[in-house]
Amino acid sequence: METLPTDSLTQRLRAARRTRQNEKILQDKEIERKVEVRQEEVRQSSVPGEAFFAEAGGLFGFVGRFFARFWRRPFEFKELLTQMDEVGTKSLTLTGVVGFSIGIVLAMQSRGTLARFGAESFLPSMLALSVIKEIGPVLTALVLAGRLGAGMGAELGSMKVTEQIDALEVAALKPFHYLVVTRVLACVIMFPIMTMLTDMLALTGGYLEAVLSGGMDIRVFIGTAFDSLRFTDVVVDTMKTSVFGFIVGIVSCYLGYNVRGGTREVGRAAMQSVVISSLLILISDVVIVRASIMIFGDISDAA
Amino acid sequence: MSRISKRADARRLSDADGAVSGPHPLSDDGLAGPADEPTGAPRAGVPGSLEEAEPHLVDPEAGPVTGNSPPPPDNIVVELRDVYKGFGPKKILKGVNLAVERGTSAVVLGGSGTGKSVLTKHVVGLLQPDKGEVWVLGERLDLMTQEQLDAKRTRLGYLFQGGALFDSMTVFENMRFFLDRLTTLRKDEKDDLIMESLEDVNLPQTRDQYPAELSGGQKKRIGLARTLILRPDIILYDEPTTGLDPVSVRVVSELIVKLRDTRGISSIAITHDLLAAEIITDKAHFLLDGEIVEAGTLAEVRQSNHPALQEFFEGTDAYGHA
Repeated sequence: METLPTDSLTQRLRAARRTRQNEKILQDKEIERKVEVRQEEVRQSSVPGEAFFAEAGGLFGFVGRFFARFWRRPFEFKELLTQMDEVGTKSLTLTGVVGFSIGIVLAMQSRGTLARFGAESFLPSMLALSVIKEIGPVLTALVLAGRLGAGMGAELGSMKVTEQIDALEVAALKPFHYLVVTRVLACVIMFPIMTMLTDMLALTGGYLEAVLSGGMDIRVFIGTAFDSLRFTDVVVDTMKTSVFGFIVGIVSCYLGYNVRGGTREVGRAAMQSVVISSLLILISDVVIVRASIMIFGDISDAA
Repeated sequence: MSRISKRADARRLSDADGAVSGPHPLSDDGLAGPADEPTGAPRAGVPGSLEEAEPHLVDPEAGPVTGNSPPPPDNIVVELRDVYKGFGPKKILKGVNLAVERGTSAVVLGGSGTGKSVLTKHVVGLLQPDKGEVWVLGERLDLMTQEQLDAKRTRLGYLFQGGALFDSMTVFENMRFFLDRLTTLRKDEKDDLIMESLEDVNLPQTRDQYPAELSGGQKKRIGLARTLILRPDIILYDEPTTGLDPVSVRVVSELIVKLRDTRGISSIAITHDLLAAEIITDKAHFLLDGEIVEAGTLAEVRQSNHPALQEFFEGTDAYGHA
């Protein structure tokens, strides 16, 4: 039965040819099969919105899994610190430069408009209001979403395709705790802190602009800047970035954790992480601001 | 009533019996089924309706092998019984049956895309079967809770295709990572274990290198060392030799045989590399189209009359006989 084609050249070449032919047949079959599968997929996803709802359902399931697990052992404190370092310290330059320059630009742009109404003295309070209530939190969150969303999506995605996540799972090391919970919590904790730093730098930038072009006194600046703000505004508007942080963390981890396929999908996951978390940040901002006005009243109540 | 408490209940009962010869009504899978239900009043902790507890157990389509069947004999470490698995419309496994004896190496052969990886992933619980039973070391993996599964996984090792080393860590850190998290050993004990494992695979010099600096074969051997460090009873090899040169194929394959002979590690290897199969195999299984179509020694499988097998072996004969 066993004819081993090792004795003659003719037989060897014949066998090699047969092998090549077989390979070719197998390849062709494989391509045919893939086309069929793809067609089937297209047919399946042609129901409008189905893919969207499937994805949204997956994301909500992931959120549920997070809340079911994050308060349970094992607690990965060391990894949490590493991730907080990544979210915080290593993003500081980016958010710092963004905050500082936005402060300066905002002051420069508003000065002319305010001067037309003879309201230049309101510059500090206008700056403080716009920076602390809206620009600081949202801009910080968006910038961090760009940096961290892409980073986490790509990192977890490539860990998934190189089976590192499966390796953790098989060794009973609870990858969800180690990879997802730590990243999401790091975002939730660090986003408000980063926002405060950005706010401060933006106000510093604005003050510098005011000093250089009008010679404003620092006491006057601080006095007018914080006059118009209520404590609840500062707290609510800074803490809403925790929600933004949660969105960035959970969306990026979800997309990275569920990558199937190869490097192309990893890139797609990174890109989608940024896009989807940015959109969700802006949408949730609308909701949070509306809710906070309903609960704490408008800024006009402050005067 | 939750599954956990019910199962715990059943286990307590089976433990109380001690060693049972033959199938004990409650020790089979830890679940009470229609045949196992004790007469008289239902016990506390067992739900009245079976449908609400384990719907798949009363699936009218379930074949005769599924359901409450007795555990495999002691010398069988892994047994898959009539396992079905599909992803969406694609059916990958269509009733796979496979048993691995203690201290032997089983090899699953088959072309690409026939579901070999899917099969082994069931044995470590990375995938759950749609239907069928997965017995590992005398317990049913498909009915376990996450905690029970994790406890069982510490006795299993899985060598991934690319080694699956964590690329942000050095080789040493990769190995220590497992020990740090799963044991309370002292630092010097850990160091000894790591070096010992690295010497087992003949790569102690790579200790401080990053995975990116290693060759494919080295990565696989380090991956094996990382698996070995936890002293598993069973190791699953996912294409242990794919993409390696013949010398490395031999090295890795002989390592697998050495582990079987010196430590009695049972293993399941999936491969389409005949050279490796020749060295490793105690029992070969040929997977085709979601079913095991032929099983036996490699020579027996080789002589099968099945056209797909003949094509497979003919296609690989050109590479020579090991």
